[in-house]
Amino acid sequence: MRIAEAWRVALDALRANRLRSALTMLGVIIGVASVVLLVAIGTGTKQQVEQQVEGLGSNLLLVVPGKIEVGTAPVVSPLTLKDVDAVTRVVGDPERVAVTVASGATARAGARSDFTTVQGVLETTPAVFTRSLARGRYLTGTDVDTSRRVAVLGDSVARALFPDRDPLGQQVTLAGVRFRVIGVFAPLGQSLGVDRDDEVHVPVTAAQRLWGTQRVDGIAVKAPDRERIDELGERIVAELNRRHPDTEFSAVTQQQILGVLGDILGVLTGVLAAIAGISLLVGGVGVSNIMLVSVRERTREIGLRKAVGARPRDIGVQFLLEAVLLTTIGGVTGMALGVGTALLVDALSPIPAAITWWSLALAFGVSAAVGIVFGVVPAQRAGRLDPVVALRAE
Amino acid sequence: MTGSPPAIEAVDVSRTYQLDGVSVEALRGVSLTVRPGDYVALVGPSGSGKSTLMHLLGGLDRPTGGRLVIGGRDVNALSPPEMATLRNETIGFVFQAFHLLPRTSAVENVALPLVYRGVSARQRRERAAAMLGRVGLGHRLDHRPNQMSGGEQQRVAIARALVTEPTVLLADEPTGNLDSVTGAAVLELLERLNAESGVALVMVTHDQEVAARAQRRITMRDGVVVADSAAHDRPLPVDHGRPETLVPAPSAEPRSVSGSGPGHPSGGSGGAAGATGRLPREPGPSHAGADTREPGRGEPEDGAT
Repeated sequence: MRIAEAWRVALDALRANRLRSALTMLGVIIGVASVVLLVAIGTGTKQQVEQQVEGLGSNLLLVVPGKIEVGTAPVVSPLTLKDVDAVTRVVGDPERVAVTVASGATARAGARSDFTTVQGVLETTPAVFTRSLARGRYLTGTDVDTSRRVAVLGDSVARALFPDRDPLGQQVTLAGVRFRVIGVFAPLGQSLGVDRDDEVHVPVTAAQRLWGTQRVDGIAVKAPDRERIDELGERIVAELNRRHPDTEFSAVTQQQILGVLGDILGVLTGVLAAIAGISLLVGGVGVSNIMLVSVRERTREIGLRKAVGARPRDIGVQFLLEAVLLTTIGGVTGMALGVGTALLVDALSPIPAAITWWSLALAFGVSAAVGIVFGVVPAQRAGRLDPVVALRAE
Repeated sequence: MTGSPPAIEAVDVSRTYQLDGVSVEALRGVSLTVRPGDYVALVGPSGSGKSTLMHLLGGLDRPTGGRLVIGGRDVNALSPPEMATLRNETIGFVFQAFHLLPRTSAVENVALPLVYRGVSARQRRERAAAMLGRVGLGHRLDHRPNQMSGGEQQRVAIARALVTEPTVLLADEPTGNLDSVTGAAVLELLERLNAESGVALVMVTHDQEVAARAQRRITMRDGVVVADSAAHDRPLPVDHGRPETLVPAPSAEPRSVSGSGPGHPSGGSGGAAGATGRLPREPGPSHAGADTREPGRGEPEDGAT
């Protein structure tokens, strides 16, 4: 039998049982659609995070105590503002050096309160991390030098504390100490479910006084150019090691952060795809099941075809194609559904989703493979039927 | 007649089934030759091995003993695909229950054997349409089985059996599902095609009057041939048409054979009767009426009813 003829026969058979074919396909459709959708969400999240890390500013170098690796415990920082001065001397340009000392604290304004992250920073932060303000002004060198109790609010904090008032010039109480609001950040949005606008910036000196500490958590340096970024990092780490021989320091670049995050999100995407793959597998079992039913139902037809000259292979191919047709039609439909849902999710919800060609190709390939794998047994059974027995079936 | 090579030659053919560990001898040494143009009626009570023999002659099954040569090829030397090709090229089947594909037009049903011969779609349709014309259904090409009467459906099945121009047409109770008028017409068609095209016609029947019309009548009982009227009326290939007995067709009573079926084995082959192992089912089907029943199942050789 010619293959084109076999396709036609398979298609006719599916048409003859429209509802059953559709329901069988539904399993594959759901499986493929969920693979496509979940991979799209995983990919979209990864892209979003990468954009945000890149958005931190290019040529960024983060210097922290300890090693930056997944699974290592954080180290208590021995760094102080004197170390920051030393790093600044290595860098040669104070405008390129930022610090942070951060802690959770409750911010209050009147009757309202909001638990947020208070960051003690230098006036260089907007330049180093590429942040911009919606209102007011940022901290100045004088604010830092004089430990002035002024604060710049993240967008979320401003909304929480001053829902119906202009926060500029208002008082906020951080950990029991009053600060005056001088600016509000432009909103950044969320990243991996974390609200990046939930923070308050105050002069690092004021923050240290607030918590009674001399330390800073980390230092960020904006390198003058990409080529010398690694060398600069090494020099900074060497200087810090000289000053603190007992502590190990790391200087990581944006690329390294991206790499680590990319690995984590890649695993996440893989896990999502695997979970969706299970539903595709279940859909495949459904195909196998319905094909066995189909073989049984059409036993007489198989007997007749054999009587008039169909070879076992002809019958096997016919049923195999039927299974493959079920899963590939289901696969294409599932792809369309998955892509459509992903686009909707991306447009209408905060969850990002991005379609990748490899996920579509994979989903289609897997659905066709599912048809072959789960169609083989019923097809073989059909091909091997004894024509005498088959002709007599009811 | 003896000059032409046999279409089918069976020499001491036997067929034993294993059913749940029990050996059942359906055929116990049957020798038989079918020549091109033959018109053979195969009669015998239920369980006599008619259907088993038909399946063997049609290459649907293989003997467990003896030699069976179909179209010059020894069946025991053929693989399943080769058997399929052999069936396609040399045998046409007509079944009691028609066995047409539902939801498939008459012309496509007829063309089905050509599909497995690799004939192009256009040629298939042409040849199938021509064949339907020969059976008087040239105006019903695109009708589906459920849009046709039983007689028409059986004509479609006959056209399907002959579209490959086989050397042997095997008909298993071809009129069994038809009323007597329609049945007679179908029978006449088979006889006409046999006469016109020279295809050998081997027909299983319960109907003695139908059997009487054949050139040759082979009677089976308990897996052996007990009578073969091969010798006498061979020389008239064209004129075996209508014995007077059949003209008042509606009165033809198919029950004459089946009614006496189970009682008979007391005859000469009585000792072998029990050995075939067909125990509980035997009486049931045999007097249920030969013209309405579907082939049975489960037992290897009761399909012919």
